[in-house]
Amino acid sequence: MEMNQKEIRIGFYVCHCGSNIAAMVDCPDVAKYVGTLPNVVLSRDYKYMCSDPGQELIAKDIAEHKLNRIVVASCSPLLHEHTFRGAVEAGGVNPFFFHMVNIREHDSWVHTDRKEATEKAKGLSQAAIARVAKHKKLEQKKVPIHPDVLVVGGGIAGIHAAMTLANAGKKVYLVEREPSIGGHMAKFDKTFPTLDCAACILTPKMSAVGSHPNITLLSYSEVTKMSGYVGNYDVTVKRKPRYINEDLCTGCQDCISHCVFKEPKFADEFNENLSKRRPVYIPFPQATPQVVLIDPEVCLNFKRSVLTDKCKKTCVEACGEKKAIDFTQKETLLDIKVGTIIVSTGFQTFDAKRIPQYGYGKYPGVYTALEIERLVNTSGPTGGHVVLRDGKTEPKSIGIIHCVGSRDKKTNRWCSRVCCMYSMKLAHLLKEHTGAEVYNFYIDMRTPGKGYEEFYDKLLEEGNHFIRGRVGEVTDWAFTKEEEGKLVIRVEDTLAGYVRRIPVDMVVLATGIEPHSDSNDVRRLFNMSCGSEGFFLERHPKLAPVNTFNDGIYIAGCCQGPRDIPDTVAQAGAAAAECMALIDKGHIEQEPNTAFVLADECCGCKSCLPLCPYTAITFDEALGKASINEALCKGCGTCVAACPSGSIVQNLFDDEEIFSEIKGVLAYE
Amino acid sequence: MAELLRTIKYESDRVKGFGREVMSVPGCEQLESCIQCGTCSGVCPLSIYMDSTPRQVMELVRSDFKNEVLHSRTIWLCASCYACTVECPRQIRITDIMYELKQRAIHEGVYPKKFPIPVLAKEFHKMAHNHGRVTENWLATWMFLKTNWLAAIGMWKLGLGLFMRGRFSLKYEGIKRKGELARMMETVDNIDIDKLTDVKPKRKPAH
Amino acid sequence: MVKYSYFPGCSLKGTGRAYEESLLPVMKALDIELEELDDWNCCGATAYMAVDEVKACVMASRNLAIAEKLGHRELMAPCSACYLVLNKTKHYIHESPSVHHVLDEALKVANLSYSGNIPVKHPLDVLVNTIGLDAIKKRVKNPLKGLKVAPYYGCQIVRPYSTFDDQYNPTTMDRLLEAIGCTVVKDFPLKTRCCGGSLTGTLPEPGLLCSYIILKEALKRGADVIATVCPLCQFNLDGYHDKIEAKWESVRIPTVYFTQLMGLAFGMNERELGLHRGFIPMKPLPAAFAQPVAT
Ligand SMILES: Cc1cc2nc3c(=O)[nH]c(=O)nc-3n(C[C@H](O)[C@H](O)[C@H](O)COP(=O)(O)OP(=O)(O)OC[C@H]3O[C@@H](n4cnc5c(N)ncnc54)[C@H](O)[C@@H]3O)c2cc1C
Ligand code: SF4
Ligand code: SF4
Repeated sequence: MEMNQKEIRIGFYVCHCGSNIAAMVDCPDVAKYVGTLPNVVLSRDYKYMCSDPGQELIAKDIAEHKLNRIVVASCSPLLHEHTFRGAVEAGGVNPFFFHMVNIREHDSWVHTDRKEATEKAKGLSQAAIARVAKHKKLEQKKVPIHPDVLVVGGGIAGIHAAMTLANAGKKVYLVEREPSIGGHMAKFDKTFPTLDCAACILTPKMSAVGSHPNITLLSYSEVTKMSGYVGNYDVTVKRKPRYINEDLCTGCQDCISHCVFKEPKFADEFNENLSKRRPVYIPFPQATPQVVLIDPEVCLNFKRSVLTDKCKKTCVEACGEKKAIDFTQKETLLDIKVGTIIVSTGFQTFDAKRIPQYGYGKYPGVYTALEIERLVNTSGPTGGHVVLRDGKTEPKSIGIIHCVGSRDKKTNRWCSRVCCMYSMKLAHLLKEHTGAEVYNFYIDMRTPGKGYEEFYDKLLEEGNHFIRGRVGEVTDWAFTKEEEGKLVIRVEDTLAGYVRRIPVDMVVLATGIEPHSDSNDVRRLFNMSCGSEGFFLERHPKLAPVNTFNDGIYIAGCCQGPRDIPDTVAQAGAAAAECMALIDKGHIEQEPNTAFVLADECCGCKSCLPLCPYTAITFDEALGKASINEALCKGCGTCVAACPSGSIVQNLFDDEEIFSEIKGVLAYE
Repeated sequence: MAELLRTIKYESDRVKGFGREVMSVPGCEQLESCIQCGTCSGVCPLSIYMDSTPRQVMELVRSDFKNEVLHSRTIWLCASCYACTVECPRQIRITDIMYELKQRAIHEGVYPKKFPIPVLAKEFHKMAHNHGRVTENWLATWMFLKTNWLAAIGMWKLGLGLFMRGRFSLKYEGIKRKGELARMMETVDNIDIDKLTDVKPKRKPAH
Repeated sequence: MVKYSYFPGCSLKGTGRAYEESLLPVMKALDIELEELDDWNCCGATAYMAVDEVKACVMASRNLAIAEKLGHRELMAPCSACYLVLNKTKHYIHESPSVHHVLDEALKVANLSYSGNIPVKHPLDVLVNTIGLDAIKKRVKNPLKGLKVAPYYGCQIVRPYSTFDDQYNPTTMDRLLEAIGCTVVKDFPLKTRCCGGSLTGTLPEPGLLCSYIILKEALKRGADVIATVCPLCQFNLDGYHDKIEAKWESVRIPTVYFTQLMGLAFGMNERELGLHRGFIPMKPLPAAFAQPVAT
């Protein structure tokens, strides 16, 4: 390390960040002060250090003043450490002879006293000057990237991402928990605002996924384990038994019609329990893969011990030579290796029972929006005839309640973004199917999107009622004659200024979008973060919306937050592009701020082993020493702090560097 | 032709700071976040007869329309059933705000004349204050005599019924240590609660 | 024998006398002793809150302090308004240090002090959640078979603080009534709707409308009787039938305290339970439980 022996020549720059810093910190004063510190050869303030001229300034100064250490006091390293390291390297100095001081987030933005903020900036800068002198030359390592991609969740987000990647020639594993891909969109009849048929635009994509040579579709499966690091992830997928051999089943569905259950008897989940299915079934006609499955909870063959030998296995007979039915199938585990992962697990709708005042589950006339999606669907439980649960009565008046569970501090605080639009879609479809009077009850109409406001206009022109007011309650007690036998919606018409009671036959609850109840498990599985609501957290809300804090793992669709299909698809494309950017580069550079064990000093106590959140530490029983896998280490420093013998060292954070930084800050009066 | 009333509001019609003052009462801070959704009115069983709906009352307070809101019948119609408070999506304690407004109206003497509710509240207060307990039938009698003695006559049947069933007591109920309670009240009168610094919950600094 | 401190409140000594008359023997039958607070004062009730909230809290805290003198025992408050004011005062004390300060100063004058920790309980809560339905069932001599009851909880035991039951669909009393043999009107939709409170007396029309709606719906759902947990609710639902009839229609249905029904099931005498004090009498009870069975 000859550089270390040479004279230390530090260049210091303090950035105004426009007025972000300069308004609260006297930048020229900071520069003047730092200029007086030992080893500082040059000290400047500048309006925008991150700009091209700012970066060029660093390179120029390095050459002119023979600088060999650089400190920049500006914004968060999260934002521009990379930029400035690049500038330092361009000037011919090792990029790790650089240190950054955050005087924006840590100083100017959070203080209100200019004098004290300036003092703080000086103190922080002095610490950096003391530390950078001790920096060592470090090298970035290159690690190759495995070219295969894992997509978790086969809703429209997962489907679109998988197709984009596969079309670009990448191999994709698509893992879907349900028996078929399609997600929520597969349940819709039409989609707003264009009212194009959901099946017409979705099913071609679904079957393309099913037959694409580059896509391995793992339906009815879940990821149970993930380890490794960006570019090299080891993933275990649990394949739940369908009791059907996927390779042998042709999707002829003869077994279904030959089941001993002559009538479908069991709640059909795909139809939101509005109809019945048999124990052997296919979720819906366009299901992908076109493979049936058997529900062991209700299939008589699985109840042999309990029941008498009722089942003659007529399904097996019907399947005949194909021999696809296999009652002995067991859960299997599949290990795969991928370089990048897209998580697109979508959302669940708010449980309407949590707002008992709206009577869901109590009054049969109250429906969730998803139930209505099925009810208006030609391939739905009633073939598209909108009738109440009695199976015959057509509703003459319908109330659609927006924001159910959303915008409410007691349940979900956020706006679910799609409910105003889908409520109008359902209003239109219900009116079209039944000619009923339709009332929409909204708090605020939110129609930002291409063609969305125009859709609102259309609905108004169609004669739908829009009442601005959050419904207080839905009850079945009548006060006036017209209310007898009806459900009564009590609401303030806030624009007219009257409280109203409106009797209707059908109530539709526009339940909001929320994270899956198991989203926390998924988050942990992939080492991601969640916001306070439980949606997966993007690295930056504006500039890195599909990235997570875990490199190589991306998010798309409603698992990141509520959104409609156009936005979901756009995001899925972006996530696919991010994967390709990594894959096509072929390798990644690894931050050298990793930890390593000084083998001579390690006493073999194993304290560090269970602490590492990335399981990067292994133990060599023969030698009795711990060692750290550089590729897995994320440089969090947990083990460094925990090692009782002080035998773990972390690059960029060794004792000398840390202590001189502390001394530096303490030296400031 | 009926008299025409000006309905436009000028800035001078507002009593600036009134809203803030109400919101500084413990439990009322949340009013700032009202989204005017009308849930409070939608569940209020008494909204049937209100001149301004509870939601409108909230907005009148927030916008400093002190005179309008203190003269509203709504605050006196509120039966304190708390239906609104538990339903409000912004968890605004509407019932407590109604109480606060009633207190202010009584304090400023602006309640509707011969409107029995404030009178009941005041009599109730006096009786509890002077005797330590409340004798409901006397309370009712006083109230009707003070506001509408014709109604008092109309109530004779109820009173007689109560009497026949042993539910109407002729003597005032009271506590033994009246002096003790009176002294406690005096102590409260001597403390200026507004001067106690922590009375107003510290506001979160604006960003 | 378990001991509770007992805060009857003004109503239970006056118009709501029958509540106390039925509560005490029922509790006794279940081995619960109620020790009435010495020289308690008005709880500070709702209307009082409208005049001066802090003073209302002072009045409530005097009672809480007197209760504390009896040791750390739970305080039973059968009237919903008292129950709420006492609980609300506890909340204020926790939330607002300045209110706490004022209360301390006022209590000092009376040589009292209050730490803020006495649990205030409603008898319904104690009966079902502490004593338990099994113990109650054991005491039942004459199950009230065939009596259809609309359970009416009113506002203030579930709102705004619901400590022992669901705010929207409380079921504690439903279960209790079933345990003593009654048929309960399932999911009575108005079980927590306001009875009109003190408005019935002050502004009759809106107040009585509230009561009327409840009475009408109970009748419509086939109830023989409405069971209540609060003296003001009982008064409103029972006392104004003439006026309601004059204004709307006749909706005569008796309203009794849930403790009165318990007493009947326990084999107690109608008169002892104060059932004669209601305006609308309960229909003659079926022979099976009109007379206490000799034990
Ligand atoms: C009633 C309603 C109507 C709507 N109508 C419209 C409309 O007309 N137009 C429009 O643009 N938008 C509409 N939307 C919004 C639309 O549904 C979403 O934008 C879209 O479905 C989001 O797609 P996604 O792939 O992110 O999520 P999803 O559709 O939820 O798909 C997620 C998939 O991941 C699977 N999954 C979940 N967890 C796991 C796991 N752990 N492992 C493996 N797989 C998993 C799920 O089974 C599912 O298949 C509507 C929403 C609702 C609620
Ligand atoms: S319910 Fe709450 S948020 Fe809605 S209008 Fe009333 S006070 Fe405002
Ligand atoms: S507390 Fe008052 S304003 Fe609120 S719902 Fe009840 S009566 Fe209406």
